[in-house]
Amino acid sequence: MRTLSRIWAWLFLLVLIIFFSLTGDGFFSLFNFQAVAANVAILLIMALGQTFVIIAAGIDLSTGFVMGLASVAGALAMTSLPADTPLPLIVLTGLAAGLFVGLIPGLINGLIIAKLKVPPFIVTLGMFGIARGIGFLMSEGMPIPVSIPGLGRVGNGYLFYHYPGSGFSFLQPPAGVTGVELRQLTGILPHPVTYAIILVLAAHWLLKRSRFGLHTYAIGGNQEAAVRAGIPVDRRVIALYMLSAGSAALAGVLYNMRFTNGAANSGEALLLDSIAAVVIGGASLFGGEGTIIGTVIGALIIAVIQNGLVILGINPFWQFVAVGVVIILAVLVDQAKEQVAE
Amino acid sequence: MAEQTKREPTLRVAGLTKRFGGLTAVDHMDMNVYAGEVVGLIGDNGAGKSTLIKMISGVYRPDDGKIFLDGEETTFVSPLEARRLGVETIYQDLALCENLDASVNIFLGREPMRRSLGFLKAVDRKLMLTESQSVLDRLDIHIPNLRKPIREMSGGQRQAVAIARAVYWNARLMIMDEPTAALGVPEQRKVLHLVNTLREQNVPVLIISHNLQDVFAVADRVVIMRRGNKVGERRIEETSIDELVTLMVGGELVREE
Repeated sequence: MRTLSRIWAWLFLLVLIIFFSLTGDGFFSLFNFQAVAANVAILLIMALGQTFVIIAAGIDLSTGFVMGLASVAGALAMTSLPADTPLPLIVLTGLAAGLFVGLIPGLINGLIIAKLKVPPFIVTLGMFGIARGIGFLMSEGMPIPVSIPGLGRVGNGYLFYHYPGSGFSFLQPPAGVTGVELRQLTGILPHPVTYAIILVLAAHWLLKRSRFGLHTYAIGGNQEAAVRAGIPVDRRVIALYMLSAGSAALAGVLYNMRFTNGAANSGEALLLDSIAAVVIGGASLFGGEGTIIGTVIGALIIAVIQNGLVILGINPFWQFVAVGVVIILAVLVDQAKEQVAE
Repeated sequence: MAEQTKREPTLRVAGLTKRFGGLTAVDHMDMNVYAGEVVGLIGDNGAGKSTLIKMISGVYRPDDGKIFLDGEETTFVSPLEARRLGVETIYQDLALCENLDASVNIFLGREPMRRSLGFLKAVDRKLMLTESQSVLDRLDIHIPNLRKPIREMSGGQRQAVAIARAVYWNARLMIMDEPTAALGVPEQRKVLHLVNTLREQNVPVLIISHNLQDVFAVADRVVIMRRGNKVGERRIEETSIDELVTLMVGGELVREE
């Protein structure tokens, strides 16, 4: 039972994949799997920071609109550059602007939660509104198109390309493949997936190996004990909310690259899904428990459900129902685990 | 007493006073604790025991009076400062992170680090495990699986982890607040046995307890408090439970030694 509760999310994901592979035409294919993975990358990146916050017995409700704010800031910064700016510099500018603007709400969240002892739910709910309003004000209520040549490829390209007959090529399609031939081209490893994998590895290291990660678990387990043990809890809490805002900001900039625009509401639908991914992945909203791998599985479960239902031709509104059921199921499994432990 | 007054006490408090508004919780308290002895601090509820302990462990700033550690005057601005100077306090609630294992709890806030991937610093879990094992061995504590979270341990094992943490960081003085209150009888024995082990290792222990049986089982000396004052001090072999109870509730005049 104990082992079952630990691996249920893996099993559930496996069952979903088998189920949709048998019932959905075109579900089981490299093309579809890569599409699912590329689509889940933004959600997953946002959920990484949330995982830390939830393990520390907090919650960050502002990430959806912090992502929007960062995507607006990134779009404004990139479009303000002269047309002949080299692409890498444009990308770096967007990244820097998005991160800088996105980290400010995180810092404010952290300061108010740590120093003024206001519950995280309230502070980040307030910041939800503030970031939303400022995002729309900055963009004047409209999406900002970022029509920069080559930018879309940073968000939608592949690490490798395979063309029958001429083998593999790195980052670019093989030279001379054009027109109709492009249809036979297979991309391998979409860029958003590569970015997400790098960030997942970094987050995993931070949580499992670093002092900051250990302190995150300690604060979530017993904040009073953490204080008495000499952990600089206030500083850690501020860093946690900046980490959460930072990962939302990275999601926002990735959104810029992927959809070549910036929008204040780009992350609106992702907030609850990202919290759901963390919870489905086994993190406890009471703090002290959770892993990055769990969050990855949680995000994949949500993405596979959404994708599978579309492929089966089921009314998309059922996706909300299905994800909702899985969230409740996840918490039930968690509670059963607690009872077994006692 | 005569031989003890010759050497420097590990802890000496002189005229220690703490007021909360109009209430004087501790009123010019004097007390000594010497190396290698276990001192029981007893008193009825509201006698000022906890307030006194909190001043010694750096939680409260005294309004008046002095604290000396090995003869040196000290002022603790925080519990952390007190710990740094070797005053370890084990509170009733133990202050352990129940989601983490024993070794992590022993090192929490002072984790050893190692190089990782060339340029990063990672927590050295392996060192934490081996060091924890050795301090637990030293105290003759057996915890079968050091990677098990505290949540899954018995009350006595938790108490033992809290004591091991204090010992590992070379406590000069150990303060224990009601260490047996939440435990079953066999577990209480284990903890009292640990207190004896500490004495053998020359670590002085100041133990607060409501349970006079416990105090008789481990203490060398008892300090009795009532209404913020010390109303008596007895060597354990020279007193009885009846006499201590009388002193605690104030049934007779204080007999001065």
